[in-house]
Amino acid sequence: MKKETLYEIKAIYRDDFRVTGYTFGEGEKALCIIGSMRGNENQQLFCCSRLVARLKRLEEENALVPGKQILVIPCANPYSINTKKRFWCTDNTDINRMFPGYALGETTQRIAAGIFEAVKGWQYGIQFASFYMPGAFVPHVRMMETGYQDTELACEFGMPYVVVHKPRPFDTATLNYNWQIWGTQAFSLYTTNTARVDEESALQAEKAVLNFMSRRQLIKTRAKGGYHSEIVHSTDFISVRADCSGFLKTYVNPGQMVEKGQLLAHILDPYEGYIRSELTAPVHGVISFVGDEPMTYENTAVLKLIREKS
Amino acid sequence: MIETVTQIGLPVDEQLCIKKNRLIPDDGGNGRRISVITGIHGDELEGQYVCWLVQQRIQKHPECLKGTVDIYPAMNPFGIDSVTRGIPAFDLDMNRIFPGDTDGDMNEYIAARIVEDITGSDVAVDIHASNIYLTEIPQIRINKITADRLIPLAKKANVDFVWVHDASTVLESTLAYALNSRSVDTLVVEMGVGMRITKEYGEQLTDGIFCLMKEKGIWSGDVHTDHIPIVCVDPDEVEFLNAQVSGVFVKTRNHGALLRARDEIGLIIDPLQGTVLDRVVSPCEGWLFTVREYPLVDQGSLMARILKGHMDEARLKGGVIQ
Repeated sequence: MKKETLYEIKAIYRDDFRVTGYTFGEGEKALCIIGSMRGNENQQLFCCSRLVARLKRLEEENALVPGKQILVIPCANPYSINTKKRFWCTDNTDINRMFPGYALGETTQRIAAGIFEAVKGWQYGIQFASFYMPGAFVPHVRMMETGYQDTELACEFGMPYVVVHKPRPFDTATLNYNWQIWGTQAFSLYTTNTARVDEESALQAEKAVLNFMSRRQLIKTRAKGGYHSEIVHSTDFISVRADCSGFLKTYVNPGQMVEKGQLLAHILDPYEGYIRSELTAPVHGVISFVGDEPMTYENTAVLKLIREKS
Repeated sequence: MIETVTQIGLPVDEQLCIKKNRLIPDDGGNGRRISVITGIHGDELEGQYVCWLVQQRIQKHPECLKGTVDIYPAMNPFGIDSVTRGIPAFDLDMNRIFPGDTDGDMNEYIAARIVEDITGSDVAVDIHASNIYLTEIPQIRINKITADRLIPLAKKANVDFVWVHDASTVLESTLAYALNSRSVDTLVVEMGVGMRITKEYGEQLTDGIFCLMKEKGIWSGDVHTDHIPIVCVDPDEVEFLNAQVSGVFVKTRNHGALLRARDEIGLIIDPLQGTVLDRVVSPCEGWLFTVREYPLVDQGSLMARILKGHMDEARLKGGVIQ
């Protein structure tokens, strides 16, 4: 294992900003894994720390395939994690809206450029990503529909779902999108949580990455278990929206099968406690997202389902 | 007449309302319409004064009003109320969610209703104030895909500078892009600085809005155009200066200054050690149309934008070598 600083910026009153990478093996740039890019992505950092520990062990046991190099960047934004701010501390910009970056541009453009310089040109790229809405997701692999995506490859993680997402204008400045455009097979891995560490789903993510590495012949150990992934499009997700605001009380979990008409959640009046609204499943399906904020706004997608295939 | 563009119930005893004031002549007017919009970014307040001034002038000469004037002073009331650029509960830039979606979440729904309400206007002016970090000369920014259509209109808006920038996919999520795509000629104004009101710029732009109203047959009264803009259509004419080091910036030149090559714009200092970390100098001769206002800078922070050349035009606009 080789630990090195991939990018740094000097600050006036803080320690230097450093992006640290861990390299395993030598040779062809095979797989690059990147963790938290935002200050609330604790789970994403945790997943990477487990992978660093695992890869270190595999390297010591001589279980890495020779001639293949693996890079893990656990955290692309330590400043924001340390100050518990989601975006860049000074100007609230999002590094994951700055790719491929610009080395002579503004601070987060420079950071994105510095990171992209280190992560481009790898055969495979995995980002532990987070959703902008707070809540729990069914674990899945997500790919941008750029025309370069290979969904069959994504199935090799053995996650329950592979989600293909048609990029919206702002997606074109994300790492995943630019990775693909620059020739890397890029995958975003979504575990259940973001801010809160969930060991069970981190373990699932770790197994998924190891399965992928095994099937891509990057490690000598054999793939174990995993799901036969179902490929869905992000437009296939059916949102259950709050038809009023209030306290949100949900009764289902991600991955749970539900029947059409089944009670999923109640919205309660915040002053008088009565049920303002009852949210039910619009179709037979699997719960893919459950919002976990105590209060909901009107029109917010508090739950998402994937329709059961007939 | 105050109208509610859209409203949505909040969890605890409050409605989020987007409001506008519609001003029309007693006879209903000629159907022509201008929309004056501001407050998409909650920390940009320059447009507040303009909204007020436009109405003051109409109230003084209501007989000159021939069409409809819609004033939207607060597109992002949460942001304005909490001194926050984005939408605070969502940490979302409102100007990245247009055209919105009536079946989407609360913010997308509001965005869609706003676009729906403004659509049909003959012209719209979306007033911004850069941000809290930069001070800007009154200027209009135009996406090059709408340049042919909008430059003639922008020249009549009494600003000092019209900057045609490259198309960017990300900018397709802005209100201006959504409105221009719906045949509403929309001009994006940047002027002054975040969290402040610069009265002279407010008055200058208000003059420009009345010129646009006259152009579109909405106003029959006298108008003033003291400012003819410099138009920049070549992206290579704009020089960006970014901080080479992190530190505290103390400016020595104000926006609007004419610069010679190597002129100092400011110093980046280290108050801990009492040293000068860097001297920010102009790499070229030109007109300083943007300058850093917020003192704290990170390596890479934008310090200035300089329009290269155009010295004679800038001198006519009152630009001086400071």
